[in-house]
Amino acid sequence: MTANDPAPGGPADPAGAAGHPDHPPRVGFFTDTSVCIGCKACEVACKEWNAIPEDGLNFAATSYDNSGGLGADTWRHVAFIEQRRPLGRQHTGVARDGAGPAGEAAAVDLGMPSFERPGDGAGADGRGEFRWLMSSDVCKHCTEAACLDVCPTGALFRTEYGTVVVQEDICNGCGYCVPACPYGVIDKREDDGRVWKCTMCYDRLGAGQQPACAQACPTDSIQFGELDELRERAARRVTDLQLAGVDSARLYGEDPGDGVGGAGAFFLLLDDPEVYGLPPDPVVTTRDLPAMWRHAGTAAAVLLAGLAATFLGRRR
Amino acid sequence: MGIRQWLDAWPVYRQLTGDDPLGRGAAAESARSRALTARTRTADRVVTSVCPYCAVGCSQNVYVRDDEVVQIEGNPDSPVSRGRLCPKGAASLQLTTGPSRRRTVLYRPPHARDWQQLDLDTAMDMVADRVIETRRRTWRWEEDGRRVARTLGIASLGGATLDNEENYLIKKLLTSLGVIQVENQARVCHSATVAGLGTSFGRGGATTFMQDLQHADCIVIEGSNFAEAHPVGFQWVMEAKARGAVVVHVDPHFSRTSAHADLHVPIRAGTDIAFLGGIINHVITHGAYFRDYLLAYTNAATIVCEDYRDTEDLDGLFSGFSPQDRDYDPDSWQYEGAQVAAAAGQREQMSRAEWAAREEGRHRVGSSGRSEQHGSGGAAITGEPSYDETLEHPRCVFQILRRHFARYTPEVVRDVCGIPEETFLEVCRHLTENSGRDRTSAFCYAVGWTQHTTGSQFIRAASILQLLLGNIGRPGGGIQALRGHASIQGSSDIPTLFNLLPGYIPMPHAHQHFGLDDFVRADAARKGYWANMRAYAVSLLKAWWGDAATADNDYGFDYLPRLTGSHATYDTVMAQLDGSCRGYFLMGENPAVGSANSRAQRLGMANLEWLVVRDFSLIESATWWKDGPEIETGELRTEDIGTEVFFFPAASHTEKSGSFTNTNRMLQWHDAAVRPKGDARSDLWFMYHLGRIIREKLAGSTDPMDRPVLDLTWDYPLEDGDEPSAEAVLAEINGRDAAGRPLSRYQELRDDGSTSCGCWIYCGVYADGVNQSRRRRPADQQDWIAAEWAWAWPANRRVLYNRASADPDGRPWSERKALVWWDPEEGRWAGHDVPDFDGTRPPDYRPPEGATGPDALTGTDAFIMQADGRGWLYAPAGLTDGPLPTHYEPQDSPVTSPLYSQQRCPTRLVYPHPLNRYHPAGGDPGALVYPYVITTYRLTEHFTAGGMSRWTPYLSELQPEFFCEVSPELAAERGLRHGDWATLVSARNAIEARVLVTERMVPLRVAGRVVHQIGLPYHWGPNGYSTGDAANELSSIALDSNVHIQEVKALTADIRPGRRPRGPALLELVREYQRRAGITDTTGTEV
Repeated sequence: MTANDPAPGGPADPAGAAGHPDHPPRVGFFTDTSVCIGCKACEVACKEWNAIPEDGLNFAATSYDNSGGLGADTWRHVAFIEQRRPLGRQHTGVARDGAGPAGEAAAVDLGMPSFERPGDGAGADGRGEFRWLMSSDVCKHCTEAACLDVCPTGALFRTEYGTVVVQEDICNGCGYCVPACPYGVIDKREDDGRVWKCTMCYDRLGAGQQPACAQACPTDSIQFGELDELRERAARRVTDLQLAGVDSARLYGEDPGDGVGGAGAFFLLLDDPEVYGLPPDPVVTTRDLPAMWRHAGTAAAVLLAGLAATFLGRRR
Repeated sequence: MGIRQWLDAWPVYRQLTGDDPLGRGAAAESARSRALTARTRTADRVVTSVCPYCAVGCSQNVYVRDDEVVQIEGNPDSPVSRGRLCPKGAASLQLTTGPSRRRTVLYRPPHARDWQQLDLDTAMDMVADRVIETRRRTWRWEEDGRRVARTLGIASLGGATLDNEENYLIKKLLTSLGVIQVENQARVCHSATVAGLGTSFGRGGATTFMQDLQHADCIVIEGSNFAEAHPVGFQWVMEAKARGAVVVHVDPHFSRTSAHADLHVPIRAGTDIAFLGGIINHVITHGAYFRDYLLAYTNAATIVCEDYRDTEDLDGLFSGFSPQDRDYDPDSWQYEGAQVAAAAGQREQMSRAEWAAREEGRHRVGSSGRSEQHGSGGAAITGEPSYDETLEHPRCVFQILRRHFARYTPEVVRDVCGIPEETFLEVCRHLTENSGRDRTSAFCYAVGWTQHTTGSQFIRAASILQLLLGNIGRPGGGIQALRGHASIQGSSDIPTLFNLLPGYIPMPHAHQHFGLDDFVRADAARKGYWANMRAYAVSLLKAWWGDAATADNDYGFDYLPRLTGSHATYDTVMAQLDGSCRGYFLMGENPAVGSANSRAQRLGMANLEWLVVRDFSLIESATWWKDGPEIETGELRTEDIGTEVFFFPAASHTEKSGSFTNTNRMLQWHDAAVRPKGDARSDLWFMYHLGRIIREKLAGSTDPMDRPVLDLTWDYPLEDGDEPSAEAVLAEINGRDAAGRPLSRYQELRDDGSTSCGCWIYCGVYADGVNQSRRRRPADQQDWIAAEWAWAWPANRRVLYNRASADPDGRPWSERKALVWWDPEEGRWAGHDVPDFDGTRPPDYRPPEGATGPDALTGTDAFIMQADGRGWLYAPAGLTDGPLPTHYEPQDSPVTSPLYSQQRCPTRLVYPHPLNRYHPAGGDPGALVYPYVITTYRLTEHFTAGGMSRWTPYLSELQPEFFCEVSPELAAERGLRHGDWATLVSARNAIEARVLVTERMVPLRVAGRVVHQIGLPYHWGPNGYSTGDAANELSSIALDSNVHIQEVKALTADIRPGRRPRGPALLELVREYQRRAGITDTTGTEV
């Protein structure tokens, strides 16, 4: 191991560790999904700024999400989750019996016979609770970025801001990074062969501007800033929400001790990460590489030693 | 290149020698990455503009390089938007620079199968010829012996997406040509707002402004999908929420707005008056009203005349109803001791029946969209009403209100609206706990309230409630009307509307009077600022006809064509179907899918001689003759259609300068960033040059019908080639004194011809010769009012009626809710906002005997445009369907009204026609053939009828297909499958949509039975990138009698699985349903 290898939990200073000695403070996104109105301004502003191709008309019938997920042509993606459960103080006048467990909204009729007339559950007794979660996902710009670790061409690099960027002039489309990403973010554009993902608007950062998505976001659900300050702000927000009765509020990806050394883009969620399509416990896929190399090295050394012993033995 | 540099360019060398031995950072950075520069930084210039979509008015920075727009993003200086944009605003780069923009003129000769190319000059010349010829052929000097001086052969539609200056030229030119059928989106979107708010408070605009929502303690959003239709404005709701406000959303469908409400209340579409009436009843019976406010600033204590009979007495009718004429004689609604007439200028605007009544010496209120003249001034009043400050007199307004709404109990709310009592009482609790001296609540609404046969009264109901609670004119209070086009407030103020002249001066009716003095006759006892109407009217005539307008010719008053009834957009459709309307301009509006009963819209257009479409792309209204739904069903054959069609590509907001008026009456200037390409031109250019060519062709004419257009002031300076100067038009709108100097305020206007002013309420926007709408002092350099950002009418006031934020003595009701107050030392009104009051009139001022006009306003008359200075709980005049809101069932309803035997609004306007059949009323045989309630709404990702979003790939991919939203229960009942197709059928047409089965839709229990509701976003049509059927195929033309707005928020239909039939089978399906329902030509047209 060299001095530059990530310490457990990732380096406190990823940009410095990547050869940017006098770098600006690390920046990131804090996406507060509790105020996301699902408008998708982030998706459009991102596409406009980065001239990302439109990726076809596909009526997905997945609530209001027709983008599907992050990909080569979708660098910000808003998820929509319809749930039968309360959002803190919020409740609806919806009159339905027997609110099911979280996330088990039966959207498709199975044709089973029923003896209950619709709407019979009207009134206080039968009231169900309902909430519609929205969340704008993005590349996490991990402290320990597996995509970066596995890139054989140097197309992926850590910028002076601590972000992780694909260089389109270097990428040869080998695609090693695609399975390496623990979040399934980085993706190959089929007609082009190269991989693409959020750059946190690297060019705009250089001009002193915030990324296009954060600039557009109507409700400040996407907040851009220095990562340390964002983490403090997020901690305060979670406390405020919990005091306001939104018990389900929690942070995701803000912890430098997590499997990716803390994400440069982290989230305030109102449910488990899986509900939003996020891995519950992401781990940098290259975490075990040093150990594997060590084991391989040991094995090689043993092999070599064995071979040497064999030759030496024959001479004898 | 030195050896060192050469080596440094080699990543491996950098990796081995630098600080990045693993080659994952600095060493790996490529030369391209190092050289990356944001195009915002390399732009040649940054131009400030305004988003062209909804009416929030988000400021944009437009980055230009080499005369190309390279980036559009939010302008952080704006106090309204704070630099943010919604997806549509964020997509405006693609909208304006994308490949879907048409750049050439297209021409379709009569009966041709396809377009031809045509050069711009020839096309302009041909259109001018068509206008001249059609006008001459259809000109009428008289109708029934009354001078009308007009043509009904030409109509125009559209203007809400255009600049104020463009609307001004449209109205000015077409009026001078005798064209009266001039309409825009305001008719079909928010005309009910003008009547509802105007009669209640004196002005027909939102009473507050976007940023002030943050001060609300409770926000009730009802009749609006705020978060989706106005996402950037919604940040102020989120601010309020963050400060602890309660947010309630009352809506048939759980939307992205509901997702952020503390309480979502599903309601049966079209029953909001029952719900609001229930809250009014609750507030009165529980004594939760703000008594001091009520006594000081409303007409609660005013005594109503003895003849008045309420709906409680007459089973759902007010006194004065005539079943034959289907309208009211409002004589019996008057105040006691006060002669009540309609508002300023309105008494002359009477329908046929009223003219007869007037001949008999009676004063009546009637139809013809008259209620909109309350846009900037309430009804006029003569005589002195009597008051009972104890509020005990059985005929005082407060007691009438109590009796009228007593029927609206929580049980009735439950049985009409489908809202459980507990939920209803929770809303009551939120509102009453958050209203009073120290707390305020705001209402936000949009077209969910306006687009009903009783839309004006929906807004009246909220106005009454907000007056009872003391929430008008105060910070965090008010009624926020959310308008949906960039300048739809402007196209109402400078109206491309048939019944209005700029500044809500009425268009004159035929033969109600013979001259200007009759038109503006004001009674001596009238008070308020409408007393000066003659000055406003004369100044307008001077602006239009300059030196040709003299005292001798009544300032050209007879140059104005005359109305003889309704000439609103749906009447124009009927006129097209019957062949009397021959030529049609579409100025950025798409009625072929965007207006009610779109099939009737298209078949009307198929009956035209010529059609001019100005738009970005080939919208459905431009191509129906070629590929419209009627071609598919075989109803029309392209070769048989004789309509000549001209398509002119329009300039975008980045390609022209001008002002938009946002939803809070704020005029914001947008600067042109680049010139339009190809044949694309601004509408200012189009109208100016059309007028120029027509005037050149008519030059020398001695025909008196050509005098008005030849005498028109039409000499705007041209800049940048042949583009007329928008600032010069704005200066004309602002007005000038005799020496040609810009005026600063409307109080300077004179009625002797010495001043000119194109729109009196906009007087001051060019004060000191400075374009005040172009003021852009950054928000962070101002207080929260941000008075130096742009300019709002009237007089740059941001919260209207803000005198009411102080108590009668001029002190704030509470420190927490202080806005303006009387400063006794300085002897003037002080505070955060510009006082909506005479700045030096003390609170204890009482006018001398015989005072008139503004001088007659007392120191507590907070509603200075109202003839009695008070907010109107009860409207003794000004509305055609009653002085108080009453719940009637929508035109299409599966339910029998449990309130009265009067099922539907008796004065609603119906248009029986084979293309416009109505459903049987709830309870009638056949009603359940169309058993489900339909409501329509917007999605964040699309815009109105889709002309500015369905062609835009970045928006289309986010919502690629037309869909309907149904509950799991309805899906089970009808066998609908999630993601599959469904067919929806009404008596008008049948459409198909993809199915979203969602628990966001809930069945309601209404009077013991289940009512299912279906949600339809209405943005689609067959053209563009994202295509689908239009929701408006299902809707009928049934209108509010006050303002002629259509009922598209509450319909009925059937739904069945599968796609709709193609070809003639589609019409057969519709007919089969009609037969099953027993529909005849009179069904649904009963009083």
